[in-house]
Amino acid sequence: MIAANHCGDDFAKHLADSGLVISSGPIRFLVHTKIPSVVQNLARLYSGLACSIDESDTAFFDFHIAVRPPNLFRKLWHRQAQFFLDDQIIFNPFPVHHATAMLEWGMNWCVSTQINTYLIIHAAVIEKNGFAVVLPAPPGSGKSTLCASLVLEGWRLLSDELTLINLQSANAVPIPRPIGLKNQSIQVIRDRYPDAIMGLVSSDTLKGSVSHLKPPESSIQMQAVECPVAWIVFPKYQENAATQIIPKAKGQSFMAIADNAFNFSHLGSVSFGILKQVVENAQCYDFCYSQLDEAITVFNKLARPNEF
Amino acid sequence: MKQLQFLTNWQDRMNSSQPLLVQILRAEQSLATLNARQWDLLVRQAARAKLIGTLYYRAEQENLLGQLPVGVMRHLESAKVKADKQYRDFLWEINRLKKALVGLAGSPVLLKGAAYAAAQLPPYKGRLFSDIDLMVPLDAIPVFEKQLMLNGWLSEESNTYDQKYYRQWMHEIPPLRHVKRGSVIDLHHNILPRTAFACPDPGMLLESAVELVGDDSGFKVLSPLDRIIHSATHLFYDGEFEHGLRDLVDLERLVIVLDDDTRLLLVDRAWQLGLQKPVYYALRYLQLILNVQGLSNALRKLEKAGDITGNMILMDALFLRALMPDHPSCDDQWTAVARWMLYMRSHYLRMPLHLLIPHLSRKAWIRLFGKEQH
Repeated sequence: MIAANHCGDDFAKHLADSGLVISSGPIRFLVHTKIPSVVQNLARLYSGLACSIDESDTAFFDFHIAVRPPNLFRKLWHRQAQFFLDDQIIFNPFPVHHATAMLEWGMNWCVSTQINTYLIIHAAVIEKNGFAVVLPAPPGSGKSTLCASLVLEGWRLLSDELTLINLQSANAVPIPRPIGLKNQSIQVIRDRYPDAIMGLVSSDTLKGSVSHLKPPESSIQMQAVECPVAWIVFPKYQENAATQIIPKAKGQSFMAIADNAFNFSHLGSVSFGILKQVVENAQCYDFCYSQLDEAITVFNKLARPNEF
Repeated sequence: MKQLQFLTNWQDRMNSSQPLLVQILRAEQSLATLNARQWDLLVRQAARAKLIGTLYYRAEQENLLGQLPVGVMRHLESAKVKADKQYRDFLWEINRLKKALVGLAGSPVLLKGAAYAAAQLPPYKGRLFSDIDLMVPLDAIPVFEKQLMLNGWLSEESNTYDQKYYRQWMHEIPPLRHVKRGSVIDLHHNILPRTAFACPDPGMLLESAVELVGDDSGFKVLSPLDRIIHSATHLFYDGEFEHGLRDLVDLERLVIVLDDDTRLLLVDRAWQLGLQKPVYYALRYLQLILNVQGLSNALRKLEKAGDITGNMILMDALFLRALMPDHPSCDDQWTAVARWMLYMRSHYLRMPLHLLIPHLSRKAWIRLFGKEQH
């Protein structure tokens, strides 16, 4: 199933020795692993996006992370792996074939639990023509499928999971990483976009089958560029539903986003003020869809000013 | 990993390089001199020691907040935001607790973190908080427990043996967790288990406790000396040193505000309570590890008063390892052994062997076969 990867040998060497640097927006990860499937996956998803560390690199890393087998004893019994943050175990051991998905979740966990210098919302965020649309939604709402399609149709990916809001400017801060697709979405995206680069499939995880989509290189090149939030769209995939976009009250939108924020209460009055600013300056909608083509048309219209 | 003899004397140990976090806490280095790679290590050591919040205030004190690298500030500020949130939440829980206890006779004593937060004692700034420790006289335990239950704090320990064990031998009842908010209260009647060799007279602690005024009226905190003695006892009788360095930093902040005479009174009070040993260790390691000045007289006074030190070469070998940040960069080849030995020591100090061995056997039996033997 897996084609030859792009720079396999180098990735393996860096991941095993000094570590591989993954910069995602403001956050820098230093990643270590020797597990072949994880190495292979990283080589596919991060080729051209990650770099090696050399001895002269004196930069600061936000997170030193690793995926390793637990210990010799357990290794003999089960084929397991664990996620480490700075040498400390974070999650329970998981089957080694989930390791690629766990690494991505672990990286999200690091940001969403350890960083409080942004308001962090559990939402996808994409940009076109200099303005961002935030897509907050609970799991199962089709957020990632929609986000992946729009990104493959030319929108810039800021993030698939974590919308970072700058506490001074209220802008969305990019933290682009591979987009996690689950179950049927994997095939949907593969069929629509046969050239898209996808990682290994982790089957039977807590969230079902998971595979990640490599973000476009243009999104990575723009990862230092923040942008204002012009729209907040709450997507909902419903089988056979007609495409519908309905304005949503600002108060309701505010509450729904506050509920979806990881650190809303941590930031106290700061988060209240900044979220109020975001919601006031954005148009808010509920969006229901079943056809991706129609959904894409709606979003492309959004991005052209004066159409709504 | 550093290669050191297990029983290196403390001078050699302190002369060998200290963890970066310790050098910073000793104020031997300014934060302004650190390069990115050193910051990378420092933030990781401080995260493990739960002392990033302390680094934030240290940077503020050195007027560096606007000048540090963006990545570093991200972690310092994030830690401060988290500490501020925990502080707000903690004060709210203490406020709920106060409401719950209205009408009961006698003000309960807030201990450790709860006391630092409510009375804004120096260690509170940038510190993380978890459980609320509360102390009342032994005969008031049933009344307080009932009142807490009526207000939603229920015992989590459903195991009959553990319930009995706590109530018969410990200095606290099993933890009470709030059914809705999840806050945990540890209700104490003493600061060491009844079975501990050095178990002090709780009446003496309660008598000298100080009533809080203003928003937190209705609570007491231990007297300035007893606070230090309790903090020292907790640290040096406990077997878990994961946050030992943080606790030592708490002690530093409580001790440095005392003048010379009061430091000598601390010694008298420690002897009075029979807790001279942990106080001796506290002062010794404040001096050795954090380079706190002006403790020599108090230490000399403790040494003169009797043989309390035992084998200090051994204790140094253990504590000078265990009190380092629990981070791989701070370990030598003996650190794990030292932590294990101190863990065993704490059990022994808290319970004589003729009680400890049956207890541990019973626990092992329950764990193996999953049922209680009555």
